[in-house]
Formats: sequence, C-alpha cells, structure tokens
Amino acid sequence: MSAQRATPRHGGGGVQAPAGAARPVPADTALPRAARVLLALVLLAVFGGLALAVLALAQPAPGLAAAVAGRIDDSGVSHPVTAVLLNFRGYDTLLELVVLVLALVGTWSVGRARGCAGNAPGPLLRQLPRLLAPLMVLVAGYLLWAGAHAPGGAFQAGSLLGGVGILLCLSGQPLPGWAQALVLRLAVVLGVAVFAALGAAAALLPGGAPLDWPPAQAKTLILTIELAAMLSIGVVLAALFAGGRP
Amino acid sequence: MAGLSLLDWALDGVLALLLLWLAWRTLSTPALFRAVVLFIAFGLVLALVWARLYAVDVALAEMAIGAGVTGALLLAALARLEPPIGRGRAADDGEGDGT
Repeated sequence: MSAQRATPRHGGGGVQAPAGAARPVPADTALPRAARVLLALVLLAVFGGLALAVLALAQPAPGLAAAVAGRIDDSGVSHPVTAVLLNFRGYDTLLELVVLVLALVGTWSVGRARGCAGNAPGPLLRQLPRLLAPLMVLVAGYLLWAGAHAPGGAFQAGSLLGGVGILLCLSGQPLPGWAQALVLRLAVVLGVAVFAALGAAAALLPGGAPLDWPPAQAKTLILTIELAAMLSIGVVLAALFAGGRP
Repeated sequence: MAGLSLLDWALDGVLALLLLWLAWRTLSTPALFRAVVLFIAFGLVLALVWARLYAVDVALAEMAIGAGVTGALLLAALARLEPPIGRGRAADDGEGDGT
C-alpha cells in the first residue's frame, strides 16, 4: 500500500519515472536490486546523453537570437529574454498564466484548504517572517523592475511573492478578512485579465494586432502586465501551497 | 587562460557529477521526506548549472520555482499523505519547511 504510493512519488519528483515503478517495497527499506540497476542505467543514459549534447553544442548557437537583437529597440525593454516573453512571444506567456490559474482551479475543486498542513509554528517561525517578508517583497519589486534590462521578471518576482505567502501561511498568520473571498479570486485572475485586455486593446489601434505593442508605449504596457502577472503568480503559488479553496 | 579553462572544466565536472549523484539519491531513497529534501538540493545545483550555461533567467526561475515552490508543494503534499509514509512525519515537514 505505502510502497505503491512511494514509488510514483519518486518518479514525479525527479527526472524519470519508469525505473523502479510499481515494485512492492516496504517504505523504509531500499529498492530491490533489479530496480536499482535499472534506475542507475536510466540515470547514466540521461547523463551521457546530456553530456554528449552539451559537448556537441554548435558554435555559434543556431536560433533566433540575432533576429531578437535586431528588433530589440522596438520591444520597449533591453533584456532579450523579457522582450521575447512579454512582447515577441506574448501568447506563450499569456497561456502560461492561464495554465497557472487552471492549476489553481483544479486544486480548489478538490477540497477546502486545511490551513498549512496543520503546522504549529515555533518561536523562530513566528518571528522570522516579520523580518523576512518585507525584504522579500522589496526583492520581488527589484526583480520585476530589473527584468527590463537584466535577468529577472514577473515569474521570478511572483515566485518570491509566493514564497512570502507560504512563509506567512506556515507562520500561522491568518489572511485578513477582506482578502478571503472576492479579493483573492480577483488577484488570481488579475494577471490574465490585464494581459488579455491590453492585448485585445492593442488590436483596436490602427494597424495593430492582438498582443502587438506599439513601440512607443511598449515599456509602460510591459511593466503594467508584469506587475499584474507578478501579483497573480504570487497569489496562485501561495494558494496552491495552502491547497484547497478558502 | 589554460588554467582558467581547466578550472572551468573541473567546476562543471563537479557540478555535473553532483547532479547525477543527487538524482540517484533522490530516486533511490525509499524515505519520501529525504527524497523531497534531496529534490530541493537537486534543484539548487541545477540552478547553478543553468547559471554556468549563461542562462541566468532560467537559473533564477529554477531556483525560485523549481527548487523553492515545488519543494514546498511537495512537502505540503507529503504532510497530507495518510497514513504518513516514508520517514518524514507531518511535524518534521513543517519544521523543514520553515527553515
């Protein structure tokens, strides 16, 4: 019983599933020899394949880097990754946000949240968030702003905000009453809503297309979208951790 | 120059072997709590590898989402398993989460 649950968890958390799947082992003993050999072979195969792939990387790297660099001035930001994510390939990012919201809807449809896993915070966990949470919010804001010209952006900043939420949840801080129902749900869909609304509005401009930002306003639009997306990502990740609808 | 490149090779080799070893330990340990902690360590080393590959954006995302949030989600899921299996109990998970 426990073993059947134990083995898929290993696969889900790691790199490959097939090795050692569905072998009845007691929870606290090692895998059988055959499973270990199979697992070692699979790992070595992946390792060897990746090593070969890295050693055989083409120089210079093929791809669209030159095309991105050529149009970077029209994108509103100077960091190519952010330019691709929020401007050139905006659909992908929009759909990633939708996926996050759908994941949360799926989690909420399973059951109600039961607090943070029945955690009883110790003195350190009760006090530390008072110190850490403001700092983490500050760093999230910096990552968002820095995303325009350096590595960073909405997803990294949003996951930091999610970390703040997880920390507060673990330390037993309750959500304030006003944030329980409507505000929480609005925050979850805010990123998708702002992104989609601005993308649709861009199509109404003369000569515009959906998600095609006019170069003059691109930086403002991208920052607005990233701000909304960061909030949504943070709230979604923290709500996923709380596990269940409020 | 040659010395620097030798250092690069040594660093990359250590990182790659460490990653392989962590993957092996993560997948082969029957104790789920230990597997999750090893998975988080795997994510952190993988973030270093991405940084070595000049993919700092991916490294940041891997560290924050792959190691941090996914690790927290796995620990939360582990705490909810009934009956508790592996060596990690619900109380241990909470402690491990907070630190």
